[in-house]
Amino acid sequence: MSASVSVLLPPLAAGQVGDSALLERLPLMARDLLTAGLSEPWRWLANSLITIGAVIVIFASLFALLTLVERKVLGRVQNRPGPNRTGWGGILQPLADGIKMLTKEDIVPRSADRLLHFLAPVTLLALSVITFAVIPYGRHLVPVELDAAVLYFFAAGAATELAIFMAGWSSHNKYSLLAAMRALAQLISYELPLLLAFVPVIMLAGSLSTTAIVAAQGGWLWNFIPQWHVLTPPGFAGFVIFMVAALAESNRSPFDLPEAESELIAGHLTEYSGFKYALFFMAEYFGMCALSGMAVTLFLGGWQAPLPVLEFVPSYLWFAAKLLLVLLGFIWIRATFPRLRIDQLTRLAWKFLVPLALINLGTAAFWSLTHDWAGPMQLVRWGGVSLAPSSDVRRPRPGHQRGIAPRTYRYA
Amino acid sequence: MLGSGLIQGLAVTAKNFVKSFHDPARLVTVEYPEQKTKLPENYRNFPFLVYDGDQAIDGLRCVACKICEAECPPQCIYIIPDRDEKGRPTKKPKVFDLDISVCMSCQICVEVCPFDAIKMDQHFEIATAERFNALLLHREDLAKSDAYFHTLHPTEAAQVDAVLAEAKRRTEAKARPAAPAAVPATPTAPAAPAAKPPEPPPPAV
Repeated sequence: MSASVSVLLPPLAAGQVGDSALLERLPLMARDLLTAGLSEPWRWLANSLITIGAVIVIFASLFALLTLVERKVLGRVQNRPGPNRTGWGGILQPLADGIKMLTKEDIVPRSADRLLHFLAPVTLLALSVITFAVIPYGRHLVPVELDAAVLYFFAAGAATELAIFMAGWSSHNKYSLLAAMRALAQLISYELPLLLAFVPVIMLAGSLSTTAIVAAQGGWLWNFIPQWHVLTPPGFAGFVIFMVAALAESNRSPFDLPEAESELIAGHLTEYSGFKYALFFMAEYFGMCALSGMAVTLFLGGWQAPLPVLEFVPSYLWFAAKLLLVLLGFIWIRATFPRLRIDQLTRLAWKFLVPLALINLGTAAFWSLTHDWAGPMQLVRWGGVSLAPSSDVRRPRPGHQRGIAPRTYRYA
Repeated sequence: MLGSGLIQGLAVTAKNFVKSFHDPARLVTVEYPEQKTKLPENYRNFPFLVYDGDQAIDGLRCVACKICEAECPPQCIYIIPDRDEKGRPTKKPKVFDLDISVCMSCQICVEVCPFDAIKMDQHFEIATAERFNALLLHREDLAKSDAYFHTLHPTEAAQVDAVLAEAKRRTEAKARPAAPAAVPATPTAPAAPAAKPPEPPPPAV
C-alpha cells in the first residue's frame, strides 16, 4: 500500500487552505475512521480491501453509466432519443441490461475447452482491473505508489491480449479464432505506438512514477496557462498518437475489427453468452477507462486544476471531470468514424504512427534539452519541434494512395 | 491537410448532437405506444361487419348469404344463418366467426359482398395471451358501426353510401307502383307495371 496513505495523515498540511485540504483528505479520513480500531497488520489489510472495493465499485458504476451515456449520445448524434423506456428517461437501462445478462443461460459449446472458455473473461477482467491500481485519482488518492507505475500499467494492459486469444482459441469456432487472430494482430501493432507515445512524457517528467508525472505538470505559466504535457509540442503529438493507439487497444470504433458485428458475428465473443459476455463488455470498458485515466495522468495534468482560482475544487473531482471528457471523446469518435479495414489498420500503425512516434522521441529530446533557452532562442525551439513531426505527416508515402483507391486483386 | 476529413466528420456529428436537443423536428422517432401516426386510408387489416343504427347485432347489414365464406381463400369465415321458429331464414347471421390467425387480409370477402356488409378494419394490435379462442372473432367482436367505417375509410364509405342510397331509391321507386306523378311523366315501359297494381311483394334488395 502507498506509504503516503497507509499512515494516519496529519490533520492539515501546512500552507493549504483549510477547506480545500479537508475536502482533499475526506476519502482517506473516512477510510481511517472505519479502520481506526484495528491493530496494524489487520488495519493495513482492511485499508487495502477498502481501496480495492472503492475502485471496483466506482468504476463498475462508471461502466454502467457509460453504457447508458454512450447509447444516449449515439442516439442524439443519429437524431434519435436513445433508450428511454426503463426508469426516468432510461436511467435504469444499465440495471435492466445487467439483470438480463445475469439471468441468461450460460452456453458453453460442446467442443470448447471448458476451462479456458471460463478463464478467458475472468483473466481479461482481472487484468483490466489491476491497471486501475497505479492511477493517481487525487492529490492523496493513489491506490499503489510504484516507482515504475507506467511500466506496470502497460505491462498489465498488454497482458489482456492473452485473454482475448484465450477466448478465441477455447471457443473452438473458426469465427472466434479468426477474430482473435485479428485482435492479436491489431493489439500488437498498436502496442508499439502506444508505448512510444508516452516516452516523451517520461523524458519531460524524468520519472516513471505516475505521482511524479502529475506533480511535474503542476504550476501555471504566467499564472493562467497550465503546465500540462499536452500543451508542449512533443506532449501534444504524443497525446494524439496515444489516443489513436488507445482506441485501437480498447477495441473501440473505428478500430473495432476484433468484434466487428457486421463481419465476424461477434468476433472472439461469438460463443459467449450471458454474464461471461457481460464480463467481456465490462473488461472492455474498464480498459477504456484505464487508458483514459492514464491519458489524463500523463498528458492532461492528472488531478491538477486548470486554473489557480479553481484549486478549491478537490483534485479527485478534477480527475473525474477530465476522465469523463476523454471518455466522451471516445464516444464522439465512435459516433463519427466508420470501421477500418485490417490492412488500413496495420498500415496506419506501422507506416504512420510508429514513425511519427519515433520522430516525436527526437523532438522530445530536443525540447527537454533546450528548456532553458530564452528570448529569440524560444522561437528556434518552437520552430524546431514543429518542423520535425511535419516531416512525417507530409512525407510522400509510397503505397499511400493504394489505401484510398479501390483494391486491386492479384491472382496467382 | 492530413486529418481535415476527420475533423469535418467530427463537426458533422457534433452538429447533429447539439441540434437534436433544440430542434425537435430532427427527432423523427414516433414513440409508439404513446404516440401513433395516422394510418393511411388504404391501409387494411382484417375484416369487420358494418351495422347501421344503434343496435350492433340487429343492425348488421350482413344477410348471411355465405358468399364470403365460399370465396375466402384461406377459409377463415364460418357462418350459420339465423332462422325463425318456423325454420325460415331471417336473413341474419346466427354465427359469424372469423379466425384472424388464418385470415390473410386479402379483402376478397369485401369485394364479393353484394351488401357492403363486410369491410376492412385497421386494427393491428392483436397480441393476445392465448393462441386459439382469443384470435377467433365472433359476431359481437366483428360488429362495428358505420360511423367507425367512415372514420377509417372516408372515401370508400362515401362511395358505399352513394351506392346504398341509389339502391334504396330504386327499390322505393319499384315499391311505389301507383305513384300518380310517375305515370304521366314517363309513359314508357316502366309505367307498364303501374297499370297492374296487385303484385306480389317486391323482390328483396
